[in-house]
Amino acid sequence: MTVARLVLSGIRKAYPGVLANDDVALTIGQGEIHALLGENGAGKSTLVKIIYGVLAPDAGEIAWEGRTVTIASPHAARSLGIGMVFQHFSLFDALTVLENVALGLDAKLDRKTLAERITEVSEAYGLPLDPHREVHELSVGERQRIEIVRCLLQNPRLLIMDEPTSVLTPQEVERLFLTLRQLAAEGVSILYISHKLHEIEALCDAATIMRGGKVVAHCDPRTETARSMAELMVGSSFAAPEKPEKRLKRAPRFSVNALDLPTAEVFGTALQGISFDVQVGEIFGIAGVAGNGQSELLAALSGERLTVPEAVVIDGQKIGRLGPRARRMHGLAYIPEERNGHAAVPDLTLADNALLSAFDRRGLLSSGVIRHARASAFAREIIDRFSVRATGPMARASALSGGNLQKFVVGREILQAPNVLIAAQPTWGVDAGAAAAIHQALIDLAGHGVAVLVVSQDLDELMGLTDRMAVLNGGRLSRPLVTADATVEQIGLLMGGLHDLPDEVPQSDGQPEATHAQA
Amino acid sequence: MDPVTALLVTVVTAATPLLFAAVGELVVERSGVLNLGVEGMMLAGAVTGFAVTLTTGSGTIGIIAAAFAGAAMALVFGFLTLTLLANQVATGLALTIFGVGLSALVGSGFVGTPLPRLPRLDLPGLTDLPVVGPLLFGHDVLVYMAVLLTLAVAWFLARSRAGMILRAVGENHEAAHGLGYPVIRIRYFAVLFGGLSAGLGGAFLSLAYTPMWIEQMTAGRGWIALALVVFAAWRPLRVLVGAYLFGGVTILQLHAQGMGLFAVPSQVLSMLPYLATIVVLVVISVGPWKGRLQAPACLGRPFHPTH
Repeated sequence: MTVARLVLSGIRKAYPGVLANDDVALTIGQGEIHALLGENGAGKSTLVKIIYGVLAPDAGEIAWEGRTVTIASPHAARSLGIGMVFQHFSLFDALTVLENVALGLDAKLDRKTLAERITEVSEAYGLPLDPHREVHELSVGERQRIEIVRCLLQNPRLLIMDEPTSVLTPQEVERLFLTLRQLAAEGVSILYISHKLHEIEALCDAATIMRGGKVVAHCDPRTETARSMAELMVGSSFAAPEKPEKRLKRAPRFSVNALDLPTAEVFGTALQGISFDVQVGEIFGIAGVAGNGQSELLAALSGERLTVPEAVVIDGQKIGRLGPRARRMHGLAYIPEERNGHAAVPDLTLADNALLSAFDRRGLLSSGVIRHARASAFAREIIDRFSVRATGPMARASALSGGNLQKFVVGREILQAPNVLIAAQPTWGVDAGAAAAIHQALIDLAGHGVAVLVVSQDLDELMGLTDRMAVLNGGRLSRPLVTADATVEQIGLLMGGLHDLPDEVPQSDGQPEATHAQA
Repeated sequence: MDPVTALLVTVVTAATPLLFAAVGELVVERSGVLNLGVEGMMLAGAVTGFAVTLTTGSGTIGIIAAAFAGAAMALVFGFLTLTLLANQVATGLALTIFGVGLSALVGSGFVGTPLPRLPRLDLPGLTDLPVVGPLLFGHDVLVYMAVLLTLAVAWFLARSRAGMILRAVGENHEAAHGLGYPVIRIRYFAVLFGGLSAGLGGAFLSLAYTPMWIEQMTAGRGWIALALVVFAAWRPLRVLVGAYLFGGVTILQLHAQGMGLFAVPSQVLSMLPYLATIVVLVVISVGPWKGRLQAPACLGRPFHPTH
């Protein structure tokens, strides 16, 4: 019998007020792809940091290949043979690929040897990389390759991948899975952290599910359903959003016409000739990998940047020249991508945050003086209608969890009875229960005739939610596809930069369709 | 020495204190720390260098003491901002004010005391060459140290592994921490180097440039050095060019005043180097070359290792 590569038992880590890990046990075999599942705050990151030596556990035992060890630092972890690919890449934008790799290596190689080794490894595992380019020039997928190559150069025997696919196109995900399967076949163990259940079903041999700092189940993802794992993760069953069948009328409520916009940032993307209509009662999706013009498009639609009047039209009114407040008066509501600092002010109370975008449409001002009672009542209404878990309208926004604050922001915009709602990444970093509630709210809103525009990098979200969708790539928008008829492959090709689909879409090569399961 | 050579030689001496202070601050900023206390550290170096040289009679000991005085000031700054996480801008400003007061207190007994200028290196044969001789070979040791230090810093940042780690810390301290690099310790070293270098710049003022002690004798050079770092886009060799350029402006306005060239009040001419600083900063921040990647991404952001 072979010795397990890593065995954790009784791991405990407490922060003031929170027990982040409580009696956690985990066993990873050799060459096994092991999933670590859990919602935000379930204790996954704490556990991973303990394994990688960033944190010391308060109690518990770590056995590496049958030997009890203490992992005091990331350096110690690396010398044992543990490599980690971080979710938020630990890369240095102004440095070259070579320098980035060198920083993550303990062995001191000279530049030439290192460049050769990088090329060697990247060819062996299908991860093409030019060692001499600076990181800020690279796509997100290429950046991830740097992290992976950096790990592989140290011949790891355990590779930790923290939410590796959240920023990749479907084709990039497939390529990554091939690399991971190749590594596993060579005997490398992989700890794969994710909350995307269909990926885990497709990739992993074993899974450990965490909730509230504890392990709630060890299971085999190949025999479980996505639904059963989701319920273990959340701890209760929750209603998946229901989408009624509907016939769309051709009645554009929100139109964008030949929108051109130069970028305001050094490494930004200029918009070129963007045109689309969102019909009455339609949910229209815009997919694409971040950095392809999303922030520019959202700024132009919300009024944070102005355009020619006819570029943005609501119900026949040209509003391209109007600022955000005037657009709101025309019935436009906007949920920005960034909750803290853009959608809400963390240090203000919920009542004040409710006021910030709703003062006109909800009459929360009287000759420039704040009507506190009304603002507070409005915040209370949002909290009740959208089941926001908060102590009340006087709670600070920063005291809410990501999911609850997002529900509050969504509720604030919806209760202003908009004609058009623009939502950017409405469920980014939000737990599954809150995500389902937000999706349901958007579907209900469209049911009342509101035109809803969702800009998201989460393809599953758009496939499940939208009636039609288009892909933003390099500042240009593809022609819209009817979501029900579109395939993930089609969308993926558009995300990868193919602007017009060929008549015949390439078939997938006999691989089971992995990316379509409902979370 | 003909007048033009004399002029050029004075440009070199005017540039040297700027170069010391700016190259030190450059290293500090590349590690992600903004220390606005350069002026204060220079003054501490100036008064210490003067006092120690006067009492020991040794310029070498004076120079070393000045470097340590600058570093001691930097250590206070480092402790407040890196360990106690105080606001870097406020602490830097306080350090400058503190340096002005402290140096005036320490130096009150030395005002008006003359001191022999640091000896110039005299290389028989070379120093006697026309133009090139006095320009390249007729200076004191600090002038050469400043240039060599800048070249060494340029090599260190671009070529050495430690320099690469320092840049990485300034670029993304979270990631550097995640990879296991001691962010705070590296920043302490950078801040101390900045103090050391500013102290040397101060020593040059009180030992070589005008060998005496006057209150606030740095006259804003610490601030110009800060501007120089931005002007140079955080690149050491550009700091070298920038320091000599600003040194040139300083000397030109002095000569213009002396010769009564322009029918403007001398105060306007004295403003020139400072005006040039403002103009350069404005041009840099609005031009097409303004870029996020010029400044170290973590510049001025406090680092608090979370979990």
